[in-house]
Amino acid sequence: MGCKAVKYELVSGFETHIELSTKTKIFCGCTTQFGGEPNTHCCPVCIGLPGTLPVLNREVVRFAIKAGLAVHGKIADVAKMDRKNYCYPDLAKAYQISQLYEPLIIGGYIELNSGRKIRLHHIHIEEDAGKLIHQHGDTYVDYNRGGVPLIEIVSEPDIRSIDEAKEYVEKLQQVMRWVGISDCKMQEGSMRCDVNISVRPEGAEKFGTRTEIKNMNSITNIARAMEYEYERQVDLIESGGKVVQETLRFDDATGTTSSMRSKEDAHDYRYFRDPDLVTITVPREEVEELRAQMPELPGEKLERYVDEYEIPEKDAALLTKYRNISEYFDKAIDGVKSPKTVSNFIIGQIFRRVETEADKEVFDVAVSPAQLNELVKLLDSGKIRNNLAKSTLEKMLDSGKGALEFISESDMGGVDDNALLELCKAAVEGNPKAVEDFRNGKEKAIKALVGNVMKNSRGKADAMAAEAKIKELIG
Amino acid sequence: MGSIAKIHEMLVKKEISCTELTKSYLDEIEKSNGTLNAYVCVTGDEALKTAAAVDKKIAAGEEIGLLEGVPMTLKDNMSTKGIDTTCCSKILTGYKPIYDATVWEVLKAQNAVMLGKTNMDEFAMGSSCENSCFGGAMNPFNENHVAGGSSGGVASAVGGNIAAYGLGSDTGGSIRQPASFCGVVGLKPTYGAVSRYGLIAYASSLDQIGPITKSVEDASIVFDAIAKQDKRDSTSLGAVGGETYSKLNNDIKGMKIGIAREYLDGVRDDVKEAVLAAAKVYESLGAEIVYFDLPVLKFALPVYYIIACAEASSNLGRYDGIRYGYKTAHYTGTHDMICRTRSEGFGEEVKRRILLGTYVLSAGYYDAYYKKATDLRGTIIKAFNDAFEHCDVILAPTVPMTAFEKGHATSDPVETYLTDICTVPVNIAGLPGVSIPCGFNANGMPIGMQLIGKSFGEAQILNAAYRYQQAAPEQFKDTKWGVKL
Repeated sequence: MGCKAVKYELVSGFETHIELSTKTKIFCGCTTQFGGEPNTHCCPVCIGLPGTLPVLNREVVRFAIKAGLAVHGKIADVAKMDRKNYCYPDLAKAYQISQLYEPLIIGGYIELNSGRKIRLHHIHIEEDAGKLIHQHGDTYVDYNRGGVPLIEIVSEPDIRSIDEAKEYVEKLQQVMRWVGISDCKMQEGSMRCDVNISVRPEGAEKFGTRTEIKNMNSITNIARAMEYEYERQVDLIESGGKVVQETLRFDDATGTTSSMRSKEDAHDYRYFRDPDLVTITVPREEVEELRAQMPELPGEKLERYVDEYEIPEKDAALLTKYRNISEYFDKAIDGVKSPKTVSNFIIGQIFRRVETEADKEVFDVAVSPAQLNELVKLLDSGKIRNNLAKSTLEKMLDSGKGALEFISESDMGGVDDNALLELCKAAVEGNPKAVEDFRNGKEKAIKALVGNVMKNSRGKADAMAAEAKIKELIG
Repeated sequence: MGSIAKIHEMLVKKEISCTELTKSYLDEIEKSNGTLNAYVCVTGDEALKTAAAVDKKIAAGEEIGLLEGVPMTLKDNMSTKGIDTTCCSKILTGYKPIYDATVWEVLKAQNAVMLGKTNMDEFAMGSSCENSCFGGAMNPFNENHVAGGSSGGVASAVGGNIAAYGLGSDTGGSIRQPASFCGVVGLKPTYGAVSRYGLIAYASSLDQIGPITKSVEDASIVFDAIAKQDKRDSTSLGAVGGETYSKLNNDIKGMKIGIAREYLDGVRDDVKEAVLAAAKVYESLGAEIVYFDLPVLKFALPVYYIIACAEASSNLGRYDGIRYGYKTAHYTGTHDMICRTRSEGFGEEVKRRILLGTYVLSAGYYDAYYKKATDLRGTIIKAFNDAFEHCDVILAPTVPMTAFEKGHATSDPVETYLTDICTVPVNIAGLPGVSIPCGFNANGMPIGMQLIGKSFGEAQILNAAYRYQQAAPEQFKDTKWGVKL
């Protein structure tokens, strides 16, 4: 591609589906567990047998409210369920119970690192469909997933680059996991994105015609698809063509998008209020109760780690990537002088034992926060030195045992203030030559005296403290 | 004494065993169903099994409930575990549900003896029962006339004494209209009084299950038994107005019975005369008749057909041949299979309503039709509330005419839709309405009137109906068919 006269700005908005991790489905008592033999997590209601009726699982409303609070959305006082009618074999009733006219959450935003806010239009609750399985030339339907609760998070077209898109998805994933409403596993389909994308000449006010790429299931593919689609649309406009509003699918193998259906073929979903379900009322007290239970959100936490604990932002981001890590850190810093030391131990040493993202999310490490706390306090009190602490932590991580299992009384004995004074006095008395050299202006001579203290303390004394103490004695 | 109380007494006094009684009903079904075509499925073995259990209880000296051992029937749109439930549609051929509707679960637990499932217009869409894939049910007063619809089979069976009572469903008059045609009692309860769980939906915001019986007492007993809140139906509230049976025969002196002039417009003279004569009976019982205007009634029919068809178009989307019921024999792919299955499986009237409903919900038309209809629904509800400021119950004809001859309904669908004009307002407003016989036309065909109550005012309308029944027993005529108690 040659040099373009006009620069094009990317404009994008996301529709993100997230499966809620409630124990049971949205309109019946069946389990929401992933997998299972086909059609074993089903009942007359979720396979839509004639005459069955949905009954809303109130937990779904509570989970969705948590999601809304996590993104600073407004929780509606009343919400209603609507039917979205379309015919597909994985949709047992030929309509999906969703929300169009009066969704549960209005507005909200996701704040990017740049400080830019990606505004949300709304969040609604709905049911998932089943799955088609193609096997031996036949097609089968598995309704296990049918009726699993979803929220759909609809953003405004505020995203302006692929990096912003990636960050938006990551931040959304992080905060939804954080508040415990979903595992957001894109590879298992518990988080899926539809990407709306258009381009416009930089500086232009009017949006270009958008296309929608359906069902993206990884951040990498989102980036690839957007890159391809951006280039395609720009090339099209540059060559005098027009972008057509259409729904696209992304081909993983070729990295290209292709048309699923045009605007003319777009479904007419014939939305209308579902007469089988009553109006959802959300008492303010319920919202306040849930708000009170909300954990400190990752963004707020990160800010506090940087401001209060003077932890570098990069490290604070790592500590707040998953809620379990930050909770581990919060417990481990209880009463310590320098939370930064704790952070260094976690990021420097513990992370090496917890390699995958999945493991980091669980963050089930051999050393408990209390054990790490104990180790750091030994360091704080000057009873042990940094090198010993580091090697001890390794042993703790190997064994799951506490610090005192590896540090003897004598290891710690020589390092308190009295013992240090005694060691320094002995060094001064036993090395008159060095003392004299120092007094004669040979600064370096003090190193020999400190070395003597270190030797006699078997390396456990604080060299800096020893030097200061010796200077006091002979200065 | 109503049939249910009579049968109960006979069983308790051991004048007849439940097995004998059940057998005689089954024999009469055998004899008359060829003509009446009320039953589409007879469940003799199950009925006799239940009857035997009831006999065992009686023999053991155990007490039995009022409905225990009483032979009855269900309209074929109520889910019955292991028993064909077809909505009288080809598309549900061979469908045997794996669960029971709540109403059936409740009655089964009381040892109700179900004789079988009864005929109806396909998916409850129709006013003659002739839209059934099994052919129409016939009127026990004259078998050349229709039983009415859509619960024609229940009304025919009850009027023909081949069931002591039955449950029908009423979306726009489907209990009251056939009850009126067949000279029996039909109660459409307040929306939410009876659980809809297991009732195969036609129009979910209008559908309600209710009893069709020989007498007002029977309707009251059955209503009390089935009006229970059900956590499987979010719209179910149970009998908010309390039980009704103990409140029958209360004095109606001073009761204000309203007649809306619009209800008498376009009604045949013989029907109008019978209803006005009934008003005179009420006056003689000490009630006060007040006339008022209800101009919104003119919107009722279009509002009903828009809302009902819209909901039906969505409710009936699931019949695609994939999971149960009819599936076309020859097809080229999934889409083709679904199209052919639905084209072949649904009857003309059902297809017409699916098309109408799809149209009124489609993009660009939603506001003009569906939205407007739901807005008007609010207006109609308000108008009824206002009317009840001035009267306690409303008296109206059930149908503007008497049962028509067979084949008449299919010739002009719009004219057939007009037969619903007096019944649909009650469904739109979610109110209770009971139809009872109040006369006969020159050909001896029954005329029905309905008493419309306030929301959850079943006790009041049943009491008023009962008082009329006591004052005018000659209007409650028996037919030549079936079991004579």
